[in-house]
Amino acid sequence: MSRRLTPRMWLIAFLGIARRETLRFINQRGRFLAALVRPLVWLFIFAAGFRAVLGLSITPPYQTYVLYEVYVTPGLCAMIQLFNGMQSSLSMVHDRETGAMRTLLVSPFPRWFLLASKLVAGVIVSIIQVYTFLGIAWLWGIEAPPVGYLTVLPALFLSGLMLGAMGLFLSSTIRQLENFAGVMNFVIFPIFFASSALYPLWRMNESSPLLHDICAVNPFTHAVELIRFALYARLDLLSLLVVSGCLVLFFAGAVIMYDPGKGLWARRKGGA
Amino acid sequence: MVKRSRLCSTSSDEGCGAFGPRLCQMQQQDALSIQNVSHSFGSFQALKDVSLTVPRGGFTALLGVNGAGKTTLFSLITRLYDNRSGRIEVAGHDLRRQSGAALARLGVVFQSRALDPDLTVAQNMEYHAALHGISRREARPRIAEVLAQVDLADRLNARVSSLSGGQSRRAEIARALIHRPELLLLDEPTVGLDVRSRAEVVALTRALVQDGVSALWATHILDEIRPGDGLIILHKGEVLAHGNAGEIGDGDLTRTFLRLTGEQV
Repeated sequence: MSRRLTPRMWLIAFLGIARRETLRFINQRGRFLAALVRPLVWLFIFAAGFRAVLGLSITPPYQTYVLYEVYVTPGLCAMIQLFNGMQSSLSMVHDRETGAMRTLLVSPFPRWFLLASKLVAGVIVSIIQVYTFLGIAWLWGIEAPPVGYLTVLPALFLSGLMLGAMGLFLSSTIRQLENFAGVMNFVIFPIFFASSALYPLWRMNESSPLLHDICAVNPFTHAVELIRFALYARLDLLSLLVVSGCLVLFFAGAVIMYDPGKGLWARRKGGA
Repeated sequence: MVKRSRLCSTSSDEGCGAFGPRLCQMQQQDALSIQNVSHSFGSFQALKDVSLTVPRGGFTALLGVNGAGKTTLFSLITRLYDNRSGRIEVAGHDLRRQSGAALARLGVVFQSRALDPDLTVAQNMEYHAALHGISRREARPRIAEVLAQVDLADRLNARVSSLSGGQSRRAEIARALIHRPELLLLDEPTVGLDVRSRAEVVALTRALVQDGVSALWATHILDEIRPGDGLIILHKGEVLAHGNAGEIGDGDLTRTFLRLTGEQV
């Protein structure tokens, strides 16, 4: 058996990691349902209630007044990806606790490649969830232009990578599953609520300029806007740049943290 | 302290005869060579200037009580931790400079269970094969072969969560063998097993060594060591003895260990 890593072997390794993630996803049907129930509750209950109290002016990419359900749909797509990224992060911590992570890390492939493969595999799973959600929303009467369902794909891939990389980076700092609740409270919820997912930024500015500024620099806001514009076959260049930049930063941070020579995590006793 | 490989006892190419110098050089390389490796966690020094070798095709026991530094040493050999001092070579490949080549030659059975309990034995094996660049099609016959070796051929499609402790351990050994490693690292593989399962796992590993695999077996159980085995006694991060188990001390391992470490094992 050859010991030199050929391009074919790299592809096999990537497919193997993607297959394992998919198998785990299939085996955990509850995870799929939970990922769908959360945004659907927001869409069917929260959005229906807010429709009456929250007025929306015409803001790009919309060319007319839109219902609150229509406005909130891209935010809920990003929400699915955010929670999927955190689920992947949780699964990394779980793998570390059970020892399964060691199997991955003692592979002869470079660690950045193993992490990137895991990241991409997680994004593929999140995109399946988003399209299922968009399908249900479509049945509910929330429709984007037909071409939007195609143009949103690269945006979903990029935003999924950024949010997954953020989860990967977070997972390197968490030592035990018990600490994950803290991450949910101090990272995930603030990131989600301090964004344009549920309310437009101009609305935020009316109530608190400071909060508006916080939301404007939140990378999740840019992930939401990237998806929102792409769903209407348009490109928000600023969001594209911010999401791409954050992806590079988070992924580089994760690679450094998982590097046995540089990472803080590997230096701790019993780290792996 | 340092023992030369059993396969080639000469130190020069002259004695290699018909095998030629290149093959002889390969045979001379130890399966594992560790030179002057230290490792600390903050102010706690877990390993102190450790040097040892594991010859090719032999069974070498790494004996030490809990906290001796066995798992830290394994984590350094598998590059879960970075060795910032000294040098580690697996089959002649420097772990820092040629980590891919070195890790490709290692099969590892960790102290804690590393199989995914939600997947079947076959799915776990295929995943491990993929992590070494082996496709499912190529891996299938090899999986059948290694599962037969560990007497688990009939558990191919069973979920790992349904395996007994002994079966699970044997499945881990099979997983570690899929990519045909030159050196098998086993970190206290019999912990938590009943007497019968423990004996099975020890016998299985010895049979693999007979087939040509080199094994480094970390343990704190003296019964698992035989007089002909290589033996390294590790205590508080230091190598206290290294050689043939039958030749260290006066041949009575229990007494020798007590004399060297001051602790019962």
